[in-house]
Amino acid sequence: MSPNQSFELCLRMGDNALILGQRLAEWCGHGPILEQDIALTNISLDLIGQSRLWLSLAGQIEGQGRDEDKLAFFRDSNEFRHLNLCEQPNGHWGTTLMRQFLFDAFHLPLLEQLCKVEDQQVASIAQKSVKEVRYHLRWSSEWVVRLGAGTDESHEKMQQALLDVWPFAGEAIQPNAFDLELTETCPPYNVQAVNKAWWSSVNEVFNQANLDVPEANWAPQKGREGIHTERLGFILAEMQFLPRAYPDAQW
Amino acid sequence: MNSKNWPLFEVFIRSKNGLSHKHVGSLHAADPAMALENARDVYCRRNEGVSIWVVPSDHITASDPGDAEELYEPARDKIYRHPTFYTIPDEIGHM
Repeated sequence: MSPNQSFELCLRMGDNALILGQRLAEWCGHGPILEQDIALTNISLDLIGQSRLWLSLAGQIEGQGRDEDKLAFFRDSNEFRHLNLCEQPNGHWGTTLMRQFLFDAFHLPLLEQLCKVEDQQVASIAQKSVKEVRYHLRWSSEWVVRLGAGTDESHEKMQQALLDVWPFAGEAIQPNAFDLELTETCPPYNVQAVNKAWWSSVNEVFNQANLDVPEANWAPQKGREGIHTERLGFILAEMQFLPRAYPDAQW
Repeated sequence: MNSKNWPLFEVFIRSKNGLSHKHVGSLHAADPAMALENARDVYCRRNEGVSIWVVPSDHITASDPGDAEELYEPARDKIYRHPTFYTIPDEIGHM
Protein backbone atom coordinates (compact mmCIF):
# COMPACT_ATOMS: atom_id res chain seq x y z
CA MET A 1 0.00 0.00 0.00
CA SER A 2 1.48 3.36 -1.00
CA PRO A 3 1.46 6.17 1.60
CA ASN A 4 -1.20 7.99 -0.43
CA GLN A 5 -3.39 4.92 -0.53
CA SER A 6 -3.07 4.20 3.14
CA PHE A 7 -3.71 7.88 4.03
CA GLU A 8 -6.91 7.85 1.97
CA LEU A 9 -8.00 4.53 3.43
CA CYS A 10 -7.38 5.70 7.02
CA LEU A 11 -9.45 8.85 6.42
CA ARG A 12 -12.32 6.79 5.02
CA MET A 13 -12.29 4.29 7.84
CA GLY A 14 -11.73 6.95 10.50
CA ASP A 15 -14.42 9.28 9.15
CA ASN A 16 -17.03 6.53 8.84
CA ALA A 17 -16.44 5.61 12.46
CA LEU A 18 -16.23 9.21 13.68
CA ILE A 19 -19.39 10.50 12.03
CA LEU A 20 -21.51 7.45 12.81
CA GLY A 21 -20.13 7.41 16.37
CA GLN A 22 -21.09 11.07 16.75
CA ARG A 23 -24.57 10.38 15.40
CA LEU A 24 -25.09 7.47 17.79
CA ALA A 25 -23.88 9.61 20.69
CA GLU A 26 -26.99 11.76 20.16
CA TRP A 27 -28.94 8.83 21.63
CA CYS A 28 -27.06 9.06 24.91
CA GLY A 29 -29.67 9.52 27.63
CA HIS A 30 -32.53 9.10 25.11
CA GLY A 31 -32.53 5.32 24.53
CA PRO A 32 -35.90 3.61 24.83
CA ILE A 33 -34.77 1.83 28.00
CA LEU A 34 -31.62 1.96 30.08
CA GLU A 35 -30.19 -1.28 28.69
CA GLN A 36 -30.47 -0.15 25.08
CA ASP A 37 -29.21 3.31 25.91
CA ILE A 38 -26.03 1.69 27.18
CA ALA A 39 -25.84 -0.73 24.25
CA LEU A 40 -25.94 2.05 21.71
CA THR A 41 -23.52 4.25 23.62
CA ASN A 42 -21.10 1.31 23.81
CA ILE A 43 -21.23 1.02 20.04
CA SER A 44 -20.74 4.75 19.69
CA LEU A 45 -17.66 4.58 21.93
CA ASP A 46 -16.28 1.58 20.01
CA LEU A 47 -16.55 3.59 16.82
CA ILE A 48 -15.00 6.74 18.28
CA GLY A 49 -12.14 4.58 19.58
CA GLN A 50 -11.60 3.06 16.15
CA SER A 51 -11.72 6.46 14.56
CA ARG A 52 -8.95 7.69 16.87
CA LEU A 53 -6.70 4.84 15.72
CA TRP A 54 -7.38 5.41 12.02
CA LEU A 55 -7.02 9.19 12.18
CA SER A 56 -3.84 9.00 14.27
CA LEU A 57 -2.35 6.71 11.66
CA ALA A 58 -3.54 9.03 8.87
CA GLY A 59 -1.81 11.97 10.55
CA GLN A 60 1.35 9.97 11.05
CA ILE A 61 1.45 8.90 7.38
CA GLU A 62 0.76 12.43 6.18
CA GLY A 63 3.66 13.73 8.29
CA GLN A 64 2.47 17.32 8.49
CA GLY A 65 1.90 17.43 12.22
CA ARG A 66 -1.85 16.79 12.14
CA ASP A 67 -2.92 14.47 14.95
CA GLU A 68 -6.27 12.70 15.42
CA ASP A 69 -7.85 15.83 16.95
CA LYS A 70 -6.64 18.13 14.19
CA LEU A 71 -8.09 15.78 11.61
CA ALA A 72 -11.38 15.32 13.43
CA PHE A 73 -12.03 18.90 14.47
CA PHE A 74 -10.25 21.14 11.98
CA ARG A 75 -11.33 19.77 8.64
CA ASP A 76 -14.33 21.12 6.75
CA SER A 77 -17.12 19.05 5.27
CA ASN A 78 -15.60 18.60 1.81
CA GLU A 79 -12.50 17.04 3.39
CA PHE A 80 -14.44 14.25 5.08
CA ARG A 81 -14.35 10.88 3.35
CA HIS A 82 -17.14 8.90 5.05
CA LEU A 83 -20.19 7.33 3.40
CA ASN A 84 -23.20 9.61 3.38
CA LEU A 85 -25.10 6.78 5.06
CA CYS A 86 -23.21 7.52 8.29
CA GLU A 87 -24.42 11.11 8.54
CA GLN A 88 -28.13 10.44 7.97
CA PRO A 89 -30.36 11.44 10.91
CA ASN A 90 -31.22 9.02 13.70
CA GLY A 91 -34.97 9.16 13.09
CA HIS A 92 -36.70 6.78 15.48
CA TRP A 93 -35.16 3.73 17.12
CA GLY A 94 -35.99 1.57 14.07
CA THR A 95 -34.35 4.02 11.65
CA THR A 96 -31.18 4.10 13.74
CA LEU A 97 -31.15 0.30 13.87
CA MET A 98 -31.68 0.00 10.14
CA ARG A 99 -28.88 2.45 9.34
CA GLN A 100 -26.64 0.61 11.79
CA PHE A 101 -27.36 -2.79 10.27
CA LEU A 102 -26.76 -1.62 6.70
CA PHE A 103 -23.46 -0.09 7.83
CA ASP A 104 -22.33 -3.03 10.00
CA ALA A 105 -23.05 -5.47 7.16
CA PHE A 106 -20.53 -3.48 5.12
CA HIS A 107 -18.09 -2.60 7.90
CA LEU A 108 -17.46 -6.18 9.05
CA PRO A 109 -16.43 -7.74 5.70
CA LEU A 110 -14.40 -4.63 4.90
CA LEU A 111 -12.42 -4.99 8.15
CA GLU A 112 -12.03 -8.71 7.52
CA GLN A 113 -10.42 -7.87 4.20
CA LEU A 114 -8.17 -5.26 5.78
CA CYS A 115 -7.01 -7.71 8.46
CA LYS A 116 -5.15 -9.53 5.69
CA VAL A 117 -3.38 -6.68 3.88
CA GLU A 118 0.39 -6.43 3.93
CA ASP A 119 0.49 -2.99 5.57
CA GLN A 120 1.00 -4.00 9.21
CA GLN A 121 -0.36 -0.82 10.77
CA VAL A 122 -3.57 -0.98 8.76
CA ALA A 123 -3.93 -4.70 9.42
CA SER A 124 -3.46 -4.33 13.17
CA ILE A 125 -6.10 -1.60 13.52
CA ALA A 126 -8.46 -3.78 11.47
CA GLN A 127 -7.73 -6.81 13.65
CA LYS A 128 -8.55 -4.86 16.79
CA SER A 129 -11.74 -3.36 15.35
CA VAL A 130 -13.10 -6.49 13.72
CA LYS A 131 -13.98 -8.07 17.08
CA GLU A 132 -16.03 -5.05 18.11
CA VAL A 133 -17.77 -4.85 14.77
CA ARG A 134 -18.65 -8.54 14.74
CA TYR A 135 -20.73 -7.80 17.85
CA HIS A 136 -22.23 -4.65 16.29
CA LEU A 137 -23.50 -6.68 13.33
CA ARG A 138 -24.88 -9.40 15.57
CA TRP A 139 -26.66 -6.83 17.72
CA SER A 140 -28.13 -4.77 14.87
CA SER A 141 -29.16 -7.90 12.90
CA GLU A 142 -31.05 -9.27 15.87
CA TRP A 143 -32.88 -6.00 16.35
CA VAL A 144 -33.84 -5.76 12.69
CA VAL A 145 -35.27 -9.29 12.86
CA ARG A 146 -36.96 -8.68 16.21
CA LEU A 147 -38.75 -5.55 15.01
CA GLY A 148 -39.23 -6.58 11.36
CA ALA A 149 -40.85 -9.85 12.36
CA GLY A 150 -42.48 -8.37 15.46
CA THR A 151 -45.92 -6.77 15.62
CA ASP A 152 -47.76 -5.30 12.63
CA GLU A 153 -46.79 -1.82 13.76
CA SER A 154 -43.10 -2.61 14.28
CA HIS A 155 -43.00 -4.39 10.91
CA GLU A 156 -44.49 -1.42 9.13
CA LYS A 157 -42.09 0.99 10.80
CA MET A 158 -39.10 -1.15 9.89
CA GLN A 159 -40.17 -1.48 6.28
CA GLN A 160 -40.51 2.30 6.11
CA ALA A 161 -37.15 2.77 7.83
CA LEU A 162 -35.60 0.48 5.23
CA LEU A 163 -37.10 2.54 2.41
CA ASP A 164 -35.80 5.74 4.03
CA VAL A 165 -32.23 4.55 4.59
CA TRP A 166 -31.83 2.25 1.59
CA PRO A 167 -31.00 4.92 -1.03
CA PHE A 168 -27.86 5.80 0.95
CA ALA A 169 -26.72 2.20 1.36
CA GLY A 170 -25.69 1.84 -2.26
CA GLU A 171 -22.62 3.99 -1.80
CA ALA A 172 -21.17 1.42 0.58
CA ILE A 173 -21.11 -1.31 -2.01
CA GLN A 174 -20.60 0.55 -5.25
CA PRO A 175 -16.85 0.54 -5.78
CA ASN A 176 -15.34 3.85 -6.83
CA ALA A 177 -11.96 4.32 -8.54
CA PHE A 178 -10.09 4.07 -5.23
CA ASP A 179 -11.70 0.73 -4.28
CA LEU A 180 -10.81 -0.74 -7.66
CA GLU A 181 -7.25 0.57 -7.39
CA LEU A 182 -6.83 -1.00 -3.93
CA THR A 183 -8.24 -4.30 -5.16
CA GLU A 184 -5.71 -4.31 -7.97
CA THR A 185 -2.65 -3.22 -6.02
CA CYS A 186 -3.22 -4.59 -2.49
CA PRO A 187 -4.28 -8.24 -2.64
CA PRO A 188 -5.85 -10.07 -0.89
CA TYR A 189 -8.06 -7.00 -0.39
CA ASN A 190 -10.98 -7.40 -2.77
CA VAL A 191 -13.87 -4.99 -2.92
CA GLN A 192 -16.10 -7.55 -4.63
CA ALA A 193 -15.82 -9.88 -1.64
CA VAL A 194 -17.09 -7.04 0.60
CA ASN A 195 -20.07 -6.51 -1.68
CA LYS A 196 -20.85 -10.19 -1.79
CA ALA A 197 -20.79 -10.45 2.00
CA TRP A 198 -22.99 -7.35 2.32
CA TRP A 199 -25.64 -8.77 0.01
CA SER A 200 -25.55 -12.08 1.78
CA SER A 201 -26.15 -10.47 5.23
CA VAL A 202 -28.83 -8.18 3.81
CA ASN A 203 -30.73 -10.99 2.10
CA GLU A 204 -30.47 -13.31 5.07
CA VAL A 205 -31.51 -10.80 7.73
CA PHE A 206 -34.31 -9.17 5.74
CA ASN A 207 -35.62 -12.60 4.88
CA GLN A 208 -35.77 -13.52 8.56
CA ALA A 209 -37.29 -10.14 9.36
CA ASN A 210 -40.01 -10.50 6.71
CA LEU A 211 -38.87 -7.26 5.11
CA ASP A 212 -38.95 -6.71 1.36
CA VAL A 213 -35.55 -5.82 -0.04
CA PRO A 214 -36.06 -2.75 -2.23
CA GLU A 215 -34.69 -2.57 -5.76
CA ALA A 216 -31.11 -1.48 -6.07
CA ASN A 217 -31.97 1.95 -7.43
CA TRP A 218 -29.38 3.84 -5.47
CA ALA A 219 -29.26 7.58 -5.12
CA PRO A 220 -25.88 8.69 -6.46
CA GLN A 221 -23.77 9.59 -3.41
CA LYS A 222 -20.21 10.82 -3.36
CA GLY A 223 -19.40 11.04 0.33
CA ARG A 224 -16.11 9.23 -0.26
CA GLU A 225 -15.07 12.07 -2.57
CA GLY A 226 -16.07 14.70 -0.02
CA ILE A 227 -19.50 15.59 -1.44
CA HIS A 228 -21.89 15.26 1.47
CA THR A 229 -25.56 15.83 2.18
CA GLU A 230 -26.78 18.92 4.03
CA ARG A 231 -26.78 16.87 7.26
CA LEU A 232 -23.02 16.97 7.73
CA GLY A 233 -22.78 20.71 8.36
CA PHE A 234 -24.98 20.42 11.44
CA ILE A 235 -22.98 17.48 12.79
CA LEU A 236 -19.70 19.32 12.34
CA ALA A 237 -21.07 22.52 13.86
CA GLU A 238 -21.88 20.65 17.04
CA MET A 239 -18.87 18.34 17.06
CA GLN A 240 -16.24 20.92 16.16
CA PHE A 241 -17.50 23.97 18.00
CA LEU A 242 -15.55 23.54 21.21
CA PRO A 243 -12.08 22.77 19.83
CA ARG A 244 -12.46 25.59 17.31
CA ALA A 245 -13.62 28.13 19.87
CA TYR A 246 -11.01 27.02 22.43
CA PRO A 247 -8.18 25.41 20.42
CA ASP A 248 -5.99 24.79 23.46
CA ALA A 249 -8.73 23.28 25.64
CA GLN A 250 -7.59 20.20 27.56
CA TRP A 251 -9.58 17.57 29.40
CA MET B 1 -41.66 0.57 23.72
CA ASN B 2 -42.59 0.08 27.33
CA SER B 3 -40.24 -1.64 29.75
CA LYS B 4 -43.22 -2.56 31.91
CA ASN B 5 -44.08 -5.20 29.33
CA TRP B 6 -40.61 -6.69 29.27
CA PRO B 7 -39.85 -9.57 31.62
CA LEU B 8 -37.10 -9.37 34.19
CA PHE B 9 -33.96 -11.51 33.91
CA GLU B 10 -31.34 -12.26 36.55
CA VAL B 11 -27.74 -12.02 35.37
CA PHE B 12 -24.90 -14.31 36.46
CA ILE B 13 -21.31 -13.69 35.40
CA ARG B 14 -18.24 -15.90 35.55
CA SER B 15 -15.36 -13.54 36.18
CA LYS B 16 -12.72 -15.99 35.00
CA ASN B 17 -12.38 -19.61 34.02
CA GLY B 18 -12.45 -21.94 36.99
CA LEU B 19 -14.66 -19.70 39.12
CA SER B 20 -18.39 -20.16 39.31
CA HIS B 21 -21.03 -17.80 37.93
CA LYS B 22 -22.05 -15.15 40.40
CA HIS B 23 -25.24 -13.15 40.57
CA VAL B 24 -24.53 -9.54 39.59
CA GLY B 25 -27.96 -8.00 39.10
CA SER B 26 -31.01 -8.02 36.91
CA LEU B 27 -32.31 -6.35 33.76
CA HIS B 28 -35.32 -6.11 31.46
CA ALA B 29 -35.38 -7.70 28.01
CA ALA B 30 -37.97 -8.84 25.49
CA ASP B 31 -36.42 -12.27 24.95
CA PRO B 32 -33.47 -14.37 26.13
CA ALA B 33 -31.21 -13.33 23.22
CA MET B 34 -31.78 -9.68 24.05
CA ALA B 35 -31.23 -10.39 27.73
CA LEU B 36 -27.83 -11.90 26.95
CA GLU B 37 -26.81 -8.90 24.86
CA ASN B 38 -28.13 -6.44 27.42
CA ALA B 39 -26.17 -8.28 30.09
CA ARG B 40 -23.04 -8.07 27.97
CA ASP B 41 -23.56 -4.34 27.42
CA VAL B 42 -24.61 -3.42 30.94
CA TYR B 43 -22.55 -5.76 33.12
CA CYS B 44 -19.44 -6.62 31.07
CA ARG B 45 -18.26 -3.27 29.79
CA ARG B 46 -15.48 -3.03 32.34
CA ASN B 47 -13.91 -6.40 31.68
CA GLU B 48 -15.94 -8.17 34.35
CA GLY B 49 -16.35 -11.57 32.81
CA VAL B 50 -15.78 -14.44 30.43
CA SER B 51 -19.22 -16.05 30.52
CA ILE B 52 -22.80 -14.92 31.12
CA TRP B 53 -25.95 -16.73 32.21
CA VAL B 54 -29.33 -15.05 32.10
CA VAL B 55 -32.33 -16.61 33.79
CA PRO B 56 -35.93 -15.36 33.68
CA SER B 57 -36.51 -14.06 37.21
CA ASP B 58 -39.85 -15.86 37.50
CA HIS B 59 -38.03 -19.18 37.02
CA ILE B 60 -36.23 -18.70 40.30
CA THR B 61 -37.86 -20.14 43.40
CA ALA B 62 -36.63 -18.24 46.42
CA SER B 63 -36.86 -18.90 50.12
CA ASP B 64 -39.12 -16.65 52.13
CA PRO B 65 -37.19 -14.24 54.41
CA GLY B 66 -40.01 -14.76 56.95
CA ASP B 67 -38.96 -18.42 57.29
CA ALA B 68 -35.40 -17.53 58.22
CA GLU B 69 -35.80 -18.66 61.85
CA GLU B 70 -36.76 -22.22 61.01
CA LEU B 71 -34.54 -22.52 57.96
CA TYR B 72 -31.21 -21.14 59.13
CA GLU B 73 -31.10 -20.63 62.87
CA PRO B 74 -31.03 -24.33 63.82
CA ALA B 75 -27.64 -24.65 62.11
CA ARG B 76 -26.11 -21.74 63.98
CA ASP B 77 -25.38 -23.48 67.29
CA LYS B 78 -24.28 -26.83 65.84
CA ILE B 79 -20.73 -25.69 65.66
CA TYR B 80 -19.38 -29.20 65.08
CA ARG B 81 -20.84 -28.90 61.59
CA HIS B 82 -19.06 -25.65 60.84
CA PRO B 83 -15.90 -25.96 58.78
CA THR B 84 -14.02 -23.93 61.41
CA PHE B 85 -14.70 -26.54 64.13
CA TYR B 86 -11.92 -28.93 63.16
CA THR B 87 -8.23 -28.23 63.26
CA ILE B 88 -6.51 -29.48 60.17
CA PRO B 89 -3.08 -31.01 60.80
CA ASP B 90 -0.32 -28.97 59.17
CA GLU B 91 0.93 -31.88 57.09
CA ILE B 92 -2.38 -32.01 55.18
CA GLY B 93 -1.73 -28.61 53.69
CA HIS B 94 -4.47 -27.13 51.52
CA MET B 95 -7.44 -29.40 51.14
